[in-house]
Amino acid sequence: MTRTEVEPVPRLVRRDGGRVIAGVAGGIADHLGVDVFRVRIVFVVLAALAGAGVAAYGLLWFFCPPGKDTEPPAPGERRQSLGLAVLGLVAMSVVGFAASGTPAEYLVPFVFVAIGASLVWREFDSSHRTPRTPLLTWTRLVGGVVLVVGGLVVIVVAGDRSFGGLNTTILAVVATLIGVVLLTVPLWMRMWRTLNEERAARIRNAEREEIASHLHDSVLQTLALIQKKAHRPEEVARLARSQERELRAWLFGDPAQQRGSLAAAIRSVGAEVEDAYGIEVEVITVGDLRPSDARDAKRWSALAGATREALVNAAKHSGERSVDVYCEVTDEQVEVYVRDRGKGFDPELVDEDRQGIDKSIRARMERVGGRSRITSTPGRGTNVALTMPRGDGVPVEESSAYETPAEGARAADVPAGTGEDGPGTAEQSQADRQPADNRKVR
Amino acid sequence: MTGEQFPTSTSHTDAEADAPPMYTVFLVDDHAVFRSGVRAELADEAGLRVIGEAGTVGEAIDGIVAARPDVVLLDVHMPAGGGVAVLRGVLDRVGPDSERTPVFLALSVSDAAEDVIATIRAGARGYVTKTIDGSELADAVRRVAEGDAVFSPRLAGFVLDSFTGKSTAPEPPLDPELDSLTRRELEVLRLLARGYTYREIAEELFISIKTVETHASNVLRKTQQSNRNALTRWAATRHIG
Repeated sequence: MTRTEVEPVPRLVRRDGGRVIAGVAGGIADHLGVDVFRVRIVFVVLAALAGAGVAAYGLLWFFCPPGKDTEPPAPGERRQSLGLAVLGLVAMSVVGFAASGTPAEYLVPFVFVAIGASLVWREFDSSHRTPRTPLLTWTRLVGGVVLVVGGLVVIVVAGDRSFGGLNTTILAVVATLIGVVLLTVPLWMRMWRTLNEERAARIRNAEREEIASHLHDSVLQTLALIQKKAHRPEEVARLARSQERELRAWLFGDPAQQRGSLAAAIRSVGAEVEDAYGIEVEVITVGDLRPSDARDAKRWSALAGATREALVNAAKHSGERSVDVYCEVTDEQVEVYVRDRGKGFDPELVDEDRQGIDKSIRARMERVGGRSRITSTPGRGTNVALTMPRGDGVPVEESSAYETPAEGARAADVPAGTGEDGPGTAEQSQADRQPADNRKVR
Repeated sequence: MTGEQFPTSTSHTDAEADAPPMYTVFLVDDHAVFRSGVRAELADEAGLRVIGEAGTVGEAIDGIVAARPDVVLLDVHMPAGGGVAVLRGVLDRVGPDSERTPVFLALSVSDAAEDVIATIRAGARGYVTKTIDGSELADAVRRVAEGDAVFSPRLAGFVLDSFTGKSTAPEPPLDPELDSLTRRELEVLRLLARGYTYREIAEELFISIKTVETHASNVLRKTQQSNRNALTRWAATRHIG
């Protein structure tokens, strides 16, 4: 009942047609609704800070899927942003050289590796690429590979002195591995995305099959039953109503939220009596609660049980085919009203059976600290009011924190401890049945 | 919801006692079968005349603006925006306070509180479920035509929930007049949720039916205008309010 969807922010995707290098800056600009030039400036400034901008750009390139736009960038924009990219790389090298004293023989090859890798990635990247001459593609690929390999070789060779402890062969192997990984990243990413898409499609398919099988098991079967029993209107109405209820629960219900809650228990009691006696039960619940522990659960099960007795009573004796149930959970207590507009009775002149029901409802409620009141006027219907205070005088939080004393106090409050186990456990299993039903339906 | 769900109008019988007023009705529902069912049911009712029907949002807006019915029976769930889109479309074209602006009564199988509340906040004067039988529906139509609010027990429950429940998000500054219900309004709303008719509520609370109607109308107005989270959130999901 409390969905909090807001309009989703558009997903971050890279510009595809409108990219200059990989469309990362453009994608971010589209996502945040800012000018793309500012985004590029931010990347350049970040690149000057120990190459953070370059790393961020590379990672975003990996992890953002390409978008679907096709409009190519304006020539001016392309020139401007390529210039900014060069500026970023230069800034990274210069600042790195000047500020951290990283030797130029590492920085410069690193820049070449970055350029080479981006050349290769770019060729593999786009999903629906603009047709280009194979010669250009191959030139770029080969150029990229040469740049990456060359850069790595220079790093290894130049590093010969500083990594003195390490064997040159090991260094060469590591450099080769890095080169291979750098050059094949686009392939891995593409494979990974395809896998994800396949999985999503599989999930969608499974969902559709589940819906189809649910509709077959429930709705179609019920429709078949209704056709067979068309000559018995009451039976048809009962079937239709119970199917409607089930379908509603399946469509709108949230099993995680409902499982084991009081409102769910009251609703399932209403549904059960509706099915068993062929009457209509309109259940309205306001607020909800969950039992804090097993003992607490017993109290609410007792309330649901008393509600059922009141409903059964109305179904059997009122002569009216529709009963209203209203359950409201407030901070202090829970109130349940069961009301019919049937023939009612005179409390002074009740027959044995009715008195028995009155007593049993009252006993059920009083055993667990609740109250019940039955009012009836002949010809005007019957109203059963059930009231149960929350927390038994002990705040719910405290009772769970101080398990033992609270248990003792509660046990003392309920002297007729032996008698409550029979119906109590029966209620418990009743309340448990609801989640099981949900699971079956889901 | 059988039985005497909506009391027959008793308080509006001063001048036209012998000649009950005639109300025109327009049906909006995307299921033709359902429309013809409602048409047949209302045909038996004195004082109501169905003057048009529509199955899509666009048709409905054009049809309602052209036919100018007194009451529109509005399905909540329809393709392309549902009842809310029809409400907004018509009110945009006609203006909310014009003499001949129709009143809307939502008629739906939807159980989802957000749909119901969103329709009410878009301007509907009431909400009843489709299982309602013919005479009750006719009573509900007459009630909204006469300016009353129609609360089915389910709608009353939803409204109670949003005014009494605690929201997890912090509330915006609340106007005590608009964003909370008076004790009397709460009592009336509780009894409506318990399935009482206006007449039964009047007897139970020892007040006149007129007073019950006033309380119900106030609750409806607050439901439409309140800034409480529980209400605005539902409206926001439907892009209204």
